[in-house]
Amino acid sequence: MLEQKEGSQAVAEAVARCRPEVICAYPISPQTHIVERLSDLVRVGKIDPCEFVSVESEFAAMSVAIGASATGARTYTATASQGLLFMVEALYNASGLGFPIVMTVANRAIGAPINIWNDHSDSMSQRDSGWIQLYAESNQEALDLHIQAYRLAEELSLPVMVCMDGFILTHAYEEVDVPGQDDVDSFLPPYEPRQVLDPSDPVTIGAMVGPEAFTEVKYLMHAKQMQALDSIPRIAEEFESAFGRPSGGLVRTYRADDAETIVVALGSVLGTIEDVVDELRDEGVKIGALAIKCFRPYPLGEVREALEDARRIVVLEKAFAVGAGGIVGQNVRLALSGMPARVYDVVAGLGGRSITKRSLHALFEDVLADRLESGRLHFLDLNSEIVQRELERAGKGRTGPHAENMLRDLGIVAARSH
Amino acid sequence: MFQVRIHGRGGQGAVTAAEMLSVAAFAEGRHAQAFPSFGSERTGAPVVSFCRIDDAPIRNREPIAAPDALIVQDPTLLHQVDVFGGLPTEGSVLINSGKDPEGLGLSDLMQRLPDGRVLTVPATELAREHLGRPLPNAILLGGFAAFTRVVSLDSVLTAIARRFDGPIGERNAAGARAAHDYVRSRTEATSLA
Amino acid sequence: MPYQEVKLYQAGTFVVGNRLLDPDQRSVQARSERSNTLTSGHRACQGCGEALGARYALDAAMRATGGQLIAANATGCLEVFSTPFPESSWQLPWIHSLFGNAPAVATGVAAALKVKGRPDIRVVGQGGDGGTVDIGFACLSGMFERNDDVLYVCYDNEAYMNTGVQRSGATPPGARTATTKPVGGTPGNEFGQGKNVPLIAMAHEIPYVATATVAELRDLEYKVERAMEFRGARYLHVFVPCPLGWGSASRDTIRIARLAKETGLFPVFEAEQGEVVGASKIRRAVPVEEYLKLQRRYAHLFGPDGHPNVIERLQKQADRNIRRFGLLASTEEGGELPGAK
Repeated sequence: MLEQKEGSQAVAEAVARCRPEVICAYPISPQTHIVERLSDLVRVGKIDPCEFVSVESEFAAMSVAIGASATGARTYTATASQGLLFMVEALYNASGLGFPIVMTVANRAIGAPINIWNDHSDSMSQRDSGWIQLYAESNQEALDLHIQAYRLAEELSLPVMVCMDGFILTHAYEEVDVPGQDDVDSFLPPYEPRQVLDPSDPVTIGAMVGPEAFTEVKYLMHAKQMQALDSIPRIAEEFESAFGRPSGGLVRTYRADDAETIVVALGSVLGTIEDVVDELRDEGVKIGALAIKCFRPYPLGEVREALEDARRIVVLEKAFAVGAGGIVGQNVRLALSGMPARVYDVVAGLGGRSITKRSLHALFEDVLADRLESGRLHFLDLNSEIVQRELERAGKGRTGPHAENMLRDLGIVAARSH
Repeated sequence: MFQVRIHGRGGQGAVTAAEMLSVAAFAEGRHAQAFPSFGSERTGAPVVSFCRIDDAPIRNREPIAAPDALIVQDPTLLHQVDVFGGLPTEGSVLINSGKDPEGLGLSDLMQRLPDGRVLTVPATELAREHLGRPLPNAILLGGFAAFTRVVSLDSVLTAIARRFDGPIGERNAAGARAAHDYVRSRTEATSLA
Repeated sequence: MPYQEVKLYQAGTFVVGNRLLDPDQRSVQARSERSNTLTSGHRACQGCGEALGARYALDAAMRATGGQLIAANATGCLEVFSTPFPESSWQLPWIHSLFGNAPAVATGVAAALKVKGRPDIRVVGQGGDGGTVDIGFACLSGMFERNDDVLYVCYDNEAYMNTGVQRSGATPPGARTATTKPVGGTPGNEFGQGKNVPLIAMAHEIPYVATATVAELRDLEYKVERAMEFRGARYLHVFVPCPLGWGSASRDTIRIARLAKETGLFPVFEAEQGEVVGASKIRRAVPVEEYLKLQRRYAHLFGPDGHPNVIERLQKQADRNIRRFGLLASTEEGGELPGAK
């Protein structure tokens, strides 16, 4: 049924339709509306049977999820940013032990400095954790991906992280088609665990593995994730047949067939990018976009196929590897190795800074006019002046924290009186 | 596409207003998107929310830099925050105030915009009258419907009913109707002039 | 706590031979049908108090639950020595996740069982002192606060043994560990009194809290069975000597555990809903030196360069426990000796 809803509410409805048996979450902006709604739904019996466990930390949230999933319960949790980091030990434990937990990550910047707004530094920091990572472009897709995620997770016995941009999606009202319970039940059968704690058939889960077998165990993890490269498109196709709309998958191209320049991005910014692509196409520019929807496992073949005929690739990402460069950029270069296209690494939207059509137009114009250096990391809309001033200040005694100095320069923080 | 920017202070329901506006447009079968700009949530702090309405699906997610219409829920913001930034010459401004625009010190603004595009409506007073509380957000939407006609009063009332249950919903609806009539009588008067 | 009066024909023994007891009074360990939940072949040290305590506790729990039990274990000696890949000593469904999350994993298991409609299957969370009083403390407190249906058992050997005997929040004053060596004139672990988790558990007002040692098998078994009569959060703190970490003879494990109780250093008691309901009495309080001198981790307190003030402090602690918990059996008051009906 078509409804005008907040993104968080849409996700909560999707999760509810998946019949989770244990929900354990710790509140953190901007995920709070999701768990609040789920708490209500459990209380009034709309999700039944279900245990909603109010945990004391994100580390506890993922740990409770591990215990519940190990006992054969379909389990859900959600977090963001600092919370994701707080559960990292448990994240690796969940993937290492192969529990099909589904978690929403309401993408938010990681501190310090503390910042509650959107970027991808949180999920990107966990790209090697062994979790499957899916990125939603819209609230509809966020809703859809949770349903697909349980299918995927339980088929492969691997945990799945559904990433949706914090605030930009979670707190935005837009129309979503909320599927009916029967339709979801047909798509998502009850959870049949591959391993379960059951007194009638005792197993030991989580034993130590030494040098003689550890490599093999990790190889199998990798192999399993690579299987997802087949499972994900198949599940997306089945979803489209069942629910009548395309959603998920590994990648999606937009006007990229004859494009000489292709913009690569993840998440909600693709909407804005597509508007700019249309406007530039109207001016005769051969430009298109590539949405990476599944970042882990990395769809190297699909990325290569989408980009192989383009001359210029602009990777626009909301996180970066400090001291090294772009993250998605590096992954894209990997897909294009041996090919002549020029790749431009652009970081944008950090800590919630808006990515505007105007800035994108200016960026693409610079790229097309060869005014941008490929192979160097560019920061979109960087205030070079204040950065320069701060760099000059460094090394001159006790200069104080960078952030406060720059906020003062921007006039946000009042200067101290002397 | 029609883009609306709503300015208010934390606690006045500016975010809810944008959401309700999007629900009103949805009720008419159109596409709509509403979202806040997020500062640290604090009662009294300036808040901005956005709503886009279109017949085609909306993909753009940037904050609205060039609004077709502005709603200002709190007149104390007028000279404190850059409320009018990006407003084109054909833009419309609806301000919650019992004073007229000149009384609010907006003569310069009015000169920049064609006649009738800056209007005040005493929504807080109407709110006190109908709700018993100074919460003008839903009421202003009634006025907004009359002012811009981008959504109908009925759609606004539908959105209000969906958001607020029982008596609170009814009272907000009554206030929204009153604001609608107020604005309609003022705009008719102007266009007759 | 149940007692049966038995005539002792052997002087000087604390142990009642099974032949003197009614068959139905036999300990779980004495029964041929015991679960042997932690079966032989594990890699624990000779004389390991934790291996003993875990076997006692889990066999009792299995009996009390008809074998319908799931265990969540923290990282530590117990987990490591019981599951050397590819072998496992566990004869029940068992999961090891992380060091600090055993209580939370147990909570998750209990939640899942509730949803599945299996109230007959019970949950035990277990770990050493490190995983319980330090790194797992927040999860433990959360589990208590929510009153999750879990029995958590802490095997307390008073340091991080598996990583090489480093100090934990449970290490008592004066003890030598790898990070509290008596060098530079310091008397070993000079700060902290050992975090008192049983009292903290009681402060959470959970249904049942008890302490026990591996010296009193029946008492420990009784407490596990008693715990299983309750629903909700329960906590059992078991004192388990570690010959390697404490520098004691492996044959002295049970003796040391008994002395811990008899000196008053380790009060053995039960509490329900935050109030003490019973204590295991000491017939004749033993001076703390008797306990300390069996362990090389306290050797530096003695001798010409010793720290008699620390010994005195430990004695005061013991005396305080005796007073606080009413540990001394008193013949004047009558009817307080163990075994009195």
